[in-house]
Amino acid sequence: MHRLEEIWMTVSVGILIIFMAIVGYQTFSLGMGPPSHAETIDPQKVEETAPFDDPGVKKIGDNEYEVVMTLQSFAFNPSNIEVPAGAKVTFTMTAMDVTHGFQLPGTNINAMVMPGHIQKISHTFDEPGEYLIICNEYCGVGHQAMSTTITVK
Amino acid sequence: MNSIIDKQDRKLALSHILVGYFAFLIGTFCGLLQVFIRNDAIELPNWLDYYQILTAHGVLLALVFTTFFIFGFLISGMSKTLGTFGPKTRGFSWIGFYLMVIGTTMTTVTIISGQASVLYTFYAPLQASGWFYVGLALVIVGSWVLGFSLIGHYIVWKKAHKKQLSPLFAFMTVATIILWVIACLGIVVAALFQFIPWAFGWVETINVELSRSLFWYFGHPLVYFWLLPAYMAWYVVVPKIIGGKVFSDALARLSFVLFILFSIPVGFHHQLTEPGIESFWKFLQVVLTFMVIIPSLMTAFSLFATFEITGRKKGGRGLFGWFTKLPWRDVRFTSIFIAMAFFIPGGAGGIINASFQMNEVIHNTMWVVGHFHITVGTPVAMTFMGITFWLIPHLTGRKLTKSIKKLAFIQIITWAIGMLLMSTSQHILGLLGAPRRTSYTGYNGNNVALEWFDGILSNHVTMAIGGSILFLSAMLLIYIVVITCVASPKATTEAELVEFPIAESDPGATPRFLENWWIWIGICFALIAIAYTIPIMDMIQHAPPGSTGFQTW
Repeated sequence: MHRLEEIWMTVSVGILIIFMAIVGYQTFSLGMGPPSHAETIDPQKVEETAPFDDPGVKKIGDNEYEVVMTLQSFAFNPSNIEVPAGAKVTFTMTAMDVTHGFQLPGTNINAMVMPGHIQKISHTFDEPGEYLIICNEYCGVGHQAMSTTITVK
Repeated sequence: MNSIIDKQDRKLALSHILVGYFAFLIGTFCGLLQVFIRNDAIELPNWLDYYQILTAHGVLLALVFTTFFIFGFLISGMSKTLGTFGPKTRGFSWIGFYLMVIGTTMTTVTIISGQASVLYTFYAPLQASGWFYVGLALVIVGSWVLGFSLIGHYIVWKKAHKKQLSPLFAFMTVATIILWVIACLGIVVAALFQFIPWAFGWVETINVELSRSLFWYFGHPLVYFWLLPAYMAWYVVVPKIIGGKVFSDALARLSFVLFILFSIPVGFHHQLTEPGIESFWKFLQVVLTFMVIIPSLMTAFSLFATFEITGRKKGGRGLFGWFTKLPWRDVRFTSIFIAMAFFIPGGAGGIINASFQMNEVIHNTMWVVGHFHITVGTPVAMTFMGITFWLIPHLTGRKLTKSIKKLAFIQIITWAIGMLLMSTSQHILGLLGAPRRTSYTGYNGNNVALEWFDGILSNHVTMAIGGSILFLSAMLLIYIVVITCVASPKATTEAELVEFPIAESDPGATPRFLENWWIWIGICFALIAIAYTIPIMDMIQHAPPGSTGFQTW
């Protein structure tokens, strides 16, 4: 190999390795990896299966909430949620029909919600205000209308 | 050597390219409609739906235009470098061509008739008409027949030239086809064993996660199937155009081998935010994704080395003097140079997308749309345009006139400007959280969504202006294609013939084992087995009850 090329490849591959190390450290030591929950559910029987037989916002601990949510073309259930500021909120979700997305613009919350799978993602809302929740995976003719809000008080 | 390739091979190649451009015509028109719908400037008649148009845009441009054009280019290059096709090669190539045409027609009809608004990723359990999947499978099978007929042509040459390394163009063609055939296994399995039986009602349910994983096992190498022919033009065609040689024959071959190895076991980086795949396996494929950046870095070095060496030979002095010596007035070069320049931010954006948790910031946002418009939409597409300007005259035996060269310049410049506007606003909109693949929406006047409409660059109007310029540029290209096909004056003397530029490449120092395909195919399958066996077994063994089909459009 050409000498300049050796330098180019060494430096650039070195940078890639540093990227990898940072990403790996954040994932496995700081628990920042993207949502990858493993539990499954019968997609035909979501409404009869706990916890999705009773969707809603639940207080599960000191300043900790769980939002049990089902996604269906073209709505989130429950919708227009309220949570207190500073609380850690875990969204536990599944899809009743096709695959949906769960995204809160302005935050890092972004998860796929698929039929047959339970997805979990957590976030601490420090800033009060109204956040938009949207479906970001094409789910049919009303996809662009599938949205709701979460108000942090 | 300025010889023109065999007449019948020219006809074969030209047929592919013209079908490709017919798809390009309809596909870009769909794109124009989309940018105006998204900013609420037009409303569609009620028999036509945004998602139908979006499906057609994706399928016709990303799958049909690319595949047909690529095979047109590969066929002409193989005939040029290895000699005229034998009757068997040519016969099978035509069979492949017609299979692809039939498949494309079936798929397009199901989309237009509103039975397949499932977008080009056709994620289950959205369920299209069964004929949509049959059509796609036929396109793949046709491309396999074509691919194997080109490999047959290569084998014939190898038998006649024992112990010789094949010409660089042929080597790269074979590498591209090997990559394509292995990649398509995923989608063929998904179509035959999952989608077709399910869509025709022979089975009731489908394993959603498995179908998505099989799709992305195919979906990522698909982008390398687009990119490698562009790289072929960068490595083999461009040095000839600028009056230079291939920088290093061995390095060029090695980079293509690395693409075979690392572009397939990486599909999970499209599924990073999905449930049902363990973090460890996602991370492993993220690491492999980073490996596939390496051959692109090698390519960047080789190309700029060729530019510098050639520019200095022409008298360029100082640190950047060589740069001004490049043939900027030659549209064959300038088009491809712009294409390369777009790939710098394109590739960097790709690294962001693949960076595991960073993916959550941009997943399924407009950022991703911006990303593939400055990867496949410009580096690949504009390289294909740069090829078109000389390849069609070469195939039709017509002259490349001055006025066409001028138009070609206008065409690539407008494409670059339109794409810069559109993709910049798409990237920014994505960072602000605007989702991709949505028809016009203000989410009931929500403040966050309103913000997406009032920035200078982060605005759906900027996107629409960019999109309109792109459409005009596309129509100009269609005009150039038509004129160079039927109206440009015929080349009468040898000197008037438009050449197929193939640069000299010295294989003297190239190790022989690089052309031992079985080694690379073996390692490729080993890597696929490492990256996929356990998670796929897991998806099958711990599968939830399957999903029935839905038509939610």
